[in-house]
Amino acid sequence: MNIHEYQAKELLGLLGLPVGQGICCNTPLEVEWATRTLLGQKNGPKKVVLKSQIQAGGRGKAGGIKLVSTPEEALKVSQELFGKILVTPQTGPQGKKVHKIYVGAAEDIAAEYYLSLLVNREKSCLSIVACKEGGVDIEEVADHHPEKIHTFSVHLFNKPNPPNFLTLEIARCFDLPATAVPALKKILEGMVKSFTEYDASLVEINPLALTPKGELAVVDAKMTFDESALFRQKKIAAYRDYHEEDTRELQASQYNLSYISLDGNIGCMVNGAGLAMATMDIIQVYGGIPANFLDVGGGNSQENVTRAFELILSDAQVKGIFVNIFGGIMRCDLIAQGIIDASRKLKISVPLVVRLEGTYVEKGKELLKESGLPIDFATSMADGAQKIVAAIKKG
Amino acid sequence: MSILIDKNTKIICQGITGSAGSFHTEKCLEYGSQFVGGVVPGKAGTTTLGLPVFQTVHEAKEKTGATATMIFVPPPFAADAILEAIDAQISLIVTITEGIPVMDMLRVKNALTHPKCVSRMVGPNCPGVITPGQCKIGIMPGHIHLPGKVGVISRSGTLTYEAVAQLTALGIGQSTCIGIGGDPILGMNFIDVLELFAEDKDTEAIIMIGEIGGNMETDAAYWIQKNLKKPVVSFIAGQTAPKGKRMGHAGAIITGKGGSAADKYEIMEKCGITTVKSPSDMGITLQKIWKH
Repeated sequence: MNIHEYQAKELLGLLGLPVGQGICCNTPLEVEWATRTLLGQKNGPKKVVLKSQIQAGGRGKAGGIKLVSTPEEALKVSQELFGKILVTPQTGPQGKKVHKIYVGAAEDIAAEYYLSLLVNREKSCLSIVACKEGGVDIEEVADHHPEKIHTFSVHLFNKPNPPNFLTLEIARCFDLPATAVPALKKILEGMVKSFTEYDASLVEINPLALTPKGELAVVDAKMTFDESALFRQKKIAAYRDYHEEDTRELQASQYNLSYISLDGNIGCMVNGAGLAMATMDIIQVYGGIPANFLDVGGGNSQENVTRAFELILSDAQVKGIFVNIFGGIMRCDLIAQGIIDASRKLKISVPLVVRLEGTYVEKGKELLKESGLPIDFATSMADGAQKIVAAIKKG
Repeated sequence: MSILIDKNTKIICQGITGSAGSFHTEKCLEYGSQFVGGVVPGKAGTTTLGLPVFQTVHEAKEKTGATATMIFVPPPFAADAILEAIDAQISLIVTITEGIPVMDMLRVKNALTHPKCVSRMVGPNCPGVITPGQCKIGIMPGHIHLPGKVGVISRSGTLTYEAVAQLTALGIGQSTCIGIGGDPILGMNFIDVLELFAEDKDTEAIIMIGEIGGNMETDAAYWIQKNLKKPVVSFIAGQTAPKGKRMGHAGAIITGKGGSAADKYEIMEKCGITTVKSPSDMGITLQKIWKH
């Protein structure tokens, strides 16, 4: 699960990171007030930065980040920003709408670094990624200059965590002045703590800035959390912004389904992520294009199978449906009953090809046959894919 | 012969009284697996499916001589259950539970990689292990399997069944089939299992099924090129998956390029592995390249 920059800064601020002053606003008037408040302080900043809160990188290039020096200017600029659709390489062509603006004190910057902490699945530990060049597209650096990127392993049972020598190594790769090392140590400790206490799976500070006074500042922060741990992270779960999620994908997650919208016209209902991906692959082998990835999982209820089917049918692009089930945990009779229940509620007017194998397969097939639904049964995965592609071509 | 389990393996189920735990223990018993008890804190002294239920894994091991455990404990308590099994020195831990937090799994992995640890773990979020005709620990449908000489290893549960069903339909039996699980942090990986298959006299050919993401498949490919003399057929799921849907921003940096199906296929082919692009060709391709 992703959260917004302002939320990440709130959380990291509480963990002792130098996130600077800032206020998250919902209206242009709030932005004007926040700007006045920040600029009006004794020794306050000379300028503030208005940052559109969408969960995607590349906001600056898309015009979502603006520097202003007066409350009046802030009002005017924010009126243009609210409601604007920002299109960045990470949002997809449909873009994301701006609902909130973070007003932050603009920092003077002497140098910018890249710093992140993430789960390293290959080594089964946490890894710190550091790069002397910050504020840039880190994936591009990784592609063209992999030698500029340094990674360090962090184990959960270190004390202090990370160990002191790692802080010094990272300071060395930043070429950081010695006076800023204690601040870097505090930042790294806070980052590790966000993993152990809040089940983070990624904390990315890009850029981490060095000010002319020699202080460190978190200019932008991105955080991702482990969905599997949300049951014990109520505070993090409350950060979820439903504006940011695809409606169908969100609905699906409420019913224990894993759903991803795609561009084609063959609706797929499959159990298991691997088989679901393989089903997409084989449909394309035979010249069709899938409309979705849908994994009904193992051990899901009959009711949620019905929901899954409704979800597929709610997509107007869908011109045919391929159900591919190899039941282990998932019982074929439950799948069959789920399909029958869905077809009673909603009329299925597109071709339906069903391939069932596994636990209670005979009972499942029997139920479907008795239901009188116009189902074309497939004997194998390849047979099913061929049948649904042919049915759609016939139109 | 086979790897990891056979007809003599004595098994307990942690979480045997839950609905999934009891349903699948019953199916395993029907298949002929030697389950000797269960562990559910608070239900010690009762019996389920005619098996005694114990308070702890230590107690269950003492009284039954179990060497393997099948874990169906819900995610919030699953890591604790695994650590208990490791502490009791159970040789094989098969964790079926899906949705264990990653931070918990890092603790588990730390215990599993400790030099004094004698346990091996398959999973989590996996279908389990089966040696056809002898022993099944997991949730796979038993009837699709046939005893024989092909080892099957996969990150996906249902795709494992797919491969097995294709082999059985062609009359080709399996030595042992293992779903290593779909989570980012796993017990045994491809290479750990391949090492066992390499030494097993009764495994003559292997089907290996991978997925996009991570670099476990390419690591395995290089290992196969260097160490394995047996023919391998491989399929990678997700050739047509949209990019960047699940992967975090910085996640791609450590793995570099190479997480996509196309990248994995390229390296596998260079390493002499026979690859198939259609998941329905796994069985037939193995039949072609393996002269049995």
